[in-house]
Formats: sequence, C-alpha cells, structure tokens
Amino acid sequence: MVGRSLREIIWARLRRDRVAMICLVILIAYYTIGILGPVVASLAGISPYTLHPDLISDMGGKPIAAYGGISPAHPLGVEWGTGRDIAAQLLFGLRISLVISTAATFLTVVLGVVIGIVAGYSRGLTDNLLGRLMDLILAFPFLLIVLSLSGVLTQRLTELGVPEGNASRILYLVLVMSFFGWPYLARIVRGQVLSLREREFVEASVAMGAGRRRILFTEILPNLWAPILVYATLTLPNYIGLEAALSFLGVGVLPPDVTFGSMLANSVTYFNVVPTYLFIPGTALVILVVSFNLLGDSLRDALDPKGVH
Amino acid sequence: MVAYTVRRLILMVALLFALTAAVFFLFTLLPGDPARLTCAKACSPAIIEANRHRLGYDQPVLVQYGQFLGGIFFGRTFSSDSPQPIVCNAPCLGYSYTRHQQVLTLILNAAPVTFWLAVGAFLVWISISIVLGIFAALNHGHWPDRLVMGISLVGYSMPSFFIGLILIFFVVLRWNWLPFPSYVSPFDNPLRFLQTMILPWIVLAFLNTAFYMRLTRNQVLETFHEDYVRTARAKGLPERTVVVKHALRAGLTPLVTAAGMDLAALLGGAVITESIFSLPGIGSLAVNSVLQSDLPLITGITLFSSTLIIFANLVVDLLYAFLDPRVTIA
Repeated sequence: MVGRSLREIIWARLRRDRVAMICLVILIAYYTIGILGPVVASLAGISPYTLHPDLISDMGGKPIAAYGGISPAHPLGVEWGTGRDIAAQLLFGLRISLVISTAATFLTVVLGVVIGIVAGYSRGLTDNLLGRLMDLILAFPFLLIVLSLSGVLTQRLTELGVPEGNASRILYLVLVMSFFGWPYLARIVRGQVLSLREREFVEASVAMGAGRRRILFTEILPNLWAPILVYATLTLPNYIGLEAALSFLGVGVLPPDVTFGSMLANSVTYFNVVPTYLFIPGTALVILVVSFNLLGDSLRDALDPKGVH
Repeated sequence: MVAYTVRRLILMVALLFALTAAVFFLFTLLPGDPARLTCAKACSPAIIEANRHRLGYDQPVLVQYGQFLGGIFFGRTFSSDSPQPIVCNAPCLGYSYTRHQQVLTLILNAAPVTFWLAVGAFLVWISISIVLGIFAALNHGHWPDRLVMGISLVGYSMPSFFIGLILIFFVVLRWNWLPFPSYVSPFDNPLRFLQTMILPWIVLAFLNTAFYMRLTRNQVLETFHEDYVRTARAKGLPERTVVVKHALRAGLTPLVTAAGMDLAALLGGAVITESIFSLPGIGSLAVNSVLQSDLPLITGITLFSSTLIIFANLVVDLLYAFLDPRVTIA
C-alpha cells in the first residue's frame, strides 16, 4: 500500500462525505457571489441604492407587484417605501457580512494561536498571567460586550482617523469580535501545546540548540493545524450570526448599506403583509450558516484520528 | 475541600477587582471623550462641559477609578457642589442622566423579567435535551440518533432572531394562537404571562437544546466505554441501574458546568430574545442604553452581567467537585 500524507487522507475522507462536498460547493458559491457582488448586480442592472418610486404605491409605499414587488427586473422584489432592489441589497450585504466575519475569524485565529502557543510552552508565570487574562475576558458575555462597546469605541475609532460611518463600524466589529473571541481558541491550543512540548521532536530541536521562536512556530505550530482549522470553520458562522444580530439590533452596519440582520430588522414592520421580506434574507442567512457548521462538523470527523481509515 | 473553596474565593475576589478595572478602562479611559457620549444628538458644548463635571470626568483618571470603586462599596454623591446633589447608594453602579435614576435601580427593575425568561427557558431546554440526548445515545448509529443530531445541527445554526420572527409570524400573526407579546408579572396575570413567555422560552430553548442534546449524547456515549461501566455490567447490575447510576452521574457532570455558565449568561440579559418580544428585561435595557448612548447605564449593565458570570464560575466549579466522584481536589 502506498503511504499517504495526512492531508491526502483527510481530503480523501472529505471527498467521500457527500454533505461536506455539497456544503463546500455552496460556500464557494456564496464567496464568489459575495466577492463579485457589485459586478453581478451591475450586470443584472440592479443597484441597492437606486430608489424606484414608480414600483411602489403612492399611499404608504407598498410595492405594487405581488410578493413584495417581484418582477423580471427585480427577481426578489423591492423594498417597502423606497423601492430599492432586494436582490442587490442581498448581494452587497453578503459581501459586508463575509468581509467582517472572515477578517474577524482570521484575527481571532492569529491571536488565539500565538497566545495559546506562548502560554502552553512557557508555563510558569507567563502561562498563569495569560490564563487569568483569558478568565477575565471570558467573564464578559460575548454579545453584550460587543453591543455595549459599539457606541463608545466606534466614536473613538473615528477620532483616531478612521472614516466615519460604516468603515469605522466594520473595523469596530472585526476588532472587538476578535479581541473577545481569541481566548476560546487559545485555551484549546494551550492544552495541545502542553502535551506536544513533551514530545521527542521538541526535545530534539531543543538539544540541537533551536531558538524559542523556531521551536514554537516551526516545530509545534504545524502539529496544530487540525484543531485550528476546525475551530476557524465553526467560528466563522458564529461571527456571521453575531454581525447579523448586531445589525438587527441597530448597532451594526448603518443605512443605506444593509446586511442580513438589518434586512430582517426592516422586515419586521411589513412582514405580516409581505412575508418575503422575512423569508428571503432569513433563508439566505440560514443556508450560509448551516453550510459552514455542517462543513466544520465533517471536517472534525475527518480529522479525528480515531475515525475509520 | 475547604482549602479549595477558600482558594477559589480569593481568586474570584481578585478577578472581580480586575473586572471593575477592565470595565472602567474600556468605557472611560480609552482615548476619546466620554462626556461627548453622554448626550447623543442633543449635544452642545455647554451640556458636554456640564456633564463632564457632573460625572466627574474632569478629575484625574485614578481619582475617577477610586470614586467608581468607592461608589460600589460605600455609595457616592454626584455633583455634590450643586444645589441638588444626587445620592447614589451602595452598591452604586452609576447614575443614568438620561433616565434620572440609579443604574442599579434600573437593572433591578428589569431583573425579574430576565429572571423568568432565563429560568423558564432553562427548564425547557435542560429537560428536553437530556431526554433526547440519552435517547440518541441509546440508539447510537441508528436513525433516531441521526435524526436527533440532524435537528440539533440545524437548530444550532438558526439565528435566534430569525426563529423568533418566524414564530411571531406564524403563531401570533397568521394563526392567532397567541396574543401579541406584552409582558405582565406572573403574580398579576398568570395566563397572560404564560401567553407572553412561551414563545421567548421556545426561542431560547431551541438554540440551547441543540447544543445540550449533542453534549448529553456524546457524554453518555463516552462513559459507556469506561471501565467502571463495564464493571457495573459485569457485576450483573440491571441495565437501568448501570445507565442511571453509573453512566449518567459521571457523564452529565460536564453538563452542569455548561448549564450553570449559560444560565448565568442569560440572567445577565438575553439581548436578542428580549428585543424581539419587547420584554423589558436587562437585555432590552442594554440595547436601549446603547442606542441612547447612556454611558453609565451601559457600564453598569456590563459590570453586573460579568459579575454574574464570575459568580457562576465559582458555583459551577464547586458543584463539579461535589458531583463527580472522580474529581479529587488537592
């Protein structure tokens, strides 16, 4: 039998997992659409900012066509009161959601891995101090703290020179979600490092006189990518949901830009009359989050050394 | 056990002190002007300066922290040099100028709503998830197991505000099964209370059931492979005794940890659920305080909720040591 690398084994297992493959395809589609959102929208001739007063009634602003104004030109309908295109809002909103959640996940993973490795390898006082710091950060309820700090810190970001409006809001979300999110991963990484540092290959490189940085990041880090990958795949949908929740509450992304959360918040006033306002963005959001969670789950199974080969 | 408890208590007090410093630092000390945040859109330079003085932001930073900390233990008086000083009793978490009330009073007024919401949801999700989790574990690998796990994953992925809105759409608006939620105390009108709370309970429970069902199942499955369970079977104990007394007791202790922490987090305010169902609890208070830029109130709520979590951490750790016969405390 030909020996296979770990990566090949895992890829082979994932490929056999039909659910994981479907989710992967869906996610690639979401990202492609998200990145190309503005291009797709202009090709389709729709824009999330253009008002269409001709498509809504003069009295109360209800879309004239049925199901929230669905028509060939506006496949998912138009917004109540303004006539802005729902499909275009989704395209642009998806991009904002993905940018925030992906950047925040990346930053969370970097912080969590670096601090986790340092804490686990150094033990003693450093480990103890970092551990208490993690305890302190974990004492803040995650959603509440991101909500509470939004006003204060967004204002301070603009005072530091970040453009006002959504640039500072997006930057705020990325920074605060990662700042309060890294300890969860750092704990996992620290635990792994505690056992890895006793292994022979670490001892060998210490004996060969390798520097601390080399041991930490060249010897130990490559052994951690499995839990890190799983953690990242499961954190990203969390952050998507969190951003949606904050925009829903009115402290996330501001109009005229929209994301899943603010679209759902807007739907509340009208969904009794036009249910599509609730179900279209809601379904798009759930499919995205479910796909990530299912993929993360399959990935965890595939990476589990106890799994069947 | 006593030494361990004392050690944990000391650690907790230290953590609480660090917490006050962290909250103070995050909300008041970062570069920027906290006084400007006290009046949102109504701001004029005169109001800002007046608030700066009233809230003590014109004092040196360490004096401010001292006053903040002193307020928690001994109470404090705001704008003591004005004709109408505002007395804030200990434990003083601050004074809300938007609402002209002490922050702690506002939190305690909202607390019963959040309490009923959290406790009700907790009972629903714990009972359902333990039953379904054990059921799945006993049918490991067969269709009931897969069904339960599938539902769990989808449930875990549903954003709670989407579930809440769907429930309102169908149950309240389309089918008219329940009146539109509006909170009343269970002592004033028990029926109306239940009608209002049942959907919020379902929303909160839905999310958590998914997670706890999975946790229960995995824990039970894991303990089934332990030596002491095999020993119990080998002794010829009836299957029921093996499952309930041996596998479950050890298997479910991690559940206690998670449940305690989640309950504490909920008691500190279920932000989204309270907003959707317009429940006037701590979570709604937090959202409104942010939207109104009521800095003292935001700070107070953050401190209150985090303190709950630190307390819960202690309780859960002690309970864990007490429940799990395998945990030995040095």
